[in-house]
Amino acid sequence: MRYNALQILRQGLTGHKGWKPAWRKAEPKPEYDIIIVGGGGHGLATAYYLANKFDQKRIAVVEKGWIGGGNVGRNTTIIRSNYMLHENEGFYEFSLKLWEGQEQDFNYNSMVSQRGVINLYHSDSQRDAFVRRGNAMALNGADPVLLDQAGLRKICPFLNFDNTRFPIQGGLLQPRGGTVRHDAVAWGYARGADQKGVDIIENCEVTGFIIEQGVCKGVETSRGTIKARKVGVAVAGSSSKVMALAGMRLPMESHVLQAFVSEGLKPVLPGVITYGAGHFYVSQSDKGGLVFGGDIDGYNSYAQRGNLPVVEDVCEGGVSIMPMIGKARVLRMWGGIMDMSMDGSPIIDKTHIDGLYFNGGWCYGGFKATPASGYCFAQLITTNTPHDTAKHYRMDRFTRGYMIDEKGQGAQPNMH
Amino acid sequence: MIINHPLLGPRDASEFVYLGDAKLMNRPNPKSETALQDFHDYMYLRDNPAGEHKELWFHEQGDRSWLIVTRNTISHEITHVELARPSA
Repeated sequence: MRYNALQILRQGLTGHKGWKPAWRKAEPKPEYDIIIVGGGGHGLATAYYLANKFDQKRIAVVEKGWIGGGNVGRNTTIIRSNYMLHENEGFYEFSLKLWEGQEQDFNYNSMVSQRGVINLYHSDSQRDAFVRRGNAMALNGADPVLLDQAGLRKICPFLNFDNTRFPIQGGLLQPRGGTVRHDAVAWGYARGADQKGVDIIENCEVTGFIIEQGVCKGVETSRGTIKARKVGVAVAGSSSKVMALAGMRLPMESHVLQAFVSEGLKPVLPGVITYGAGHFYVSQSDKGGLVFGGDIDGYNSYAQRGNLPVVEDVCEGGVSIMPMIGKARVLRMWGGIMDMSMDGSPIIDKTHIDGLYFNGGWCYGGFKATPASGYCFAQLITTNTPHDTAKHYRMDRFTRGYMIDEKGQGAQPNMH
Repeated sequence: MIINHPLLGPRDASEFVYLGDAKLMNRPNPKSETALQDFHDYMYLRDNPAGEHKELWFHEQGDRSWLIVTRNTISHEITHVELARPSA
């Protein structure tokens, strides 16, 4: 069923009895052409693009729990393409373009809202670094705008411009950045994939891979053996756990990142504001809650909750740059598990096992990458050649010395 | 999280800096035939287990000792703490 205004009218006149579930509850078949492990944003997007853009058939997505229950349901919904390194920027700009056409493409209201993303700067040298980053963005077709203090005051008069430690000089704005209704992204891709016959199999945990003479021939699951010609893994925070089943050790650690929502307020924020110096960023949801977060907790964790010192640190950052936030009360907080890679950048690549593909290492930036990650992974699985914008995200870049380290932190995952 | 320091007693984890897997104490032998591969693995690859994890914490805001903390990465429960090097 296509969703459109006529359909709403028709359903409204017939008591809303004709709405169907957005996707089937599929049972596992014994064999598929392609199995995607992980029913999160990236896995579902991969299945969607495999079926819709690369004409693949007989596809299944297997998910341990329910779809969209991991990081696509636990993030702060921000989309942007304001990276500096060319290995990243082309990819994230491709992703932002896919976001811009997403709702029409998969016929689902994911509430893509390009309300702008502002990174604050506090010194001449930081401004110069932002100018450089803006130029890198422009080279890849993105839309950087450098705001001086007067320009920023017009958009965000409420900021603490005279902060003693980090006085605000201005910001780097990306007007095309913004926010998306994160759950709807999972649901929209699931529905779009389902309509093309993709089986979405929930409560089906992968417990092993069937590997014969260096070739992956399927997966063992809690619901039985499922054979496949190709298997793609996109399981974010569980990457190390799942790939260990194939005997692989990955260049990553799993860490917990916390996020917070305040009670609903009248519209006060024009868009997304990030205060990197104070480990704080914030936007306002359409329901009015301030959605904010900061740094990862910094220790290995598979618990989807963090600890209080980071809560305090994030709230201090918020109050210091935006004193009015002190009047709002925190309504909810949660944690998600990030697959923090050794250089802060992701991997979309084949593995040394034929027919087994890996997508992970998204650190805390996976949400904005969802469409391009799915698209590029689908292309890789279909053609065995990487998408042009994702060709640097190789598994062996640490061996070759081609790290993609935006922050220049080195091989210390909790610092990225 | 409270880390029960063997010398100082219970201390808040925020006094510490986290390094990671305690296996990092065992540096590969640079004279080994396989040194290049060994150092790559040492530098970049991690077991990253879900469950019990022995890990290095540095008491930066305290006595600046390195501790080996045995902690469950699923529950955050700390079951054992020892000095990375026995004190003199």
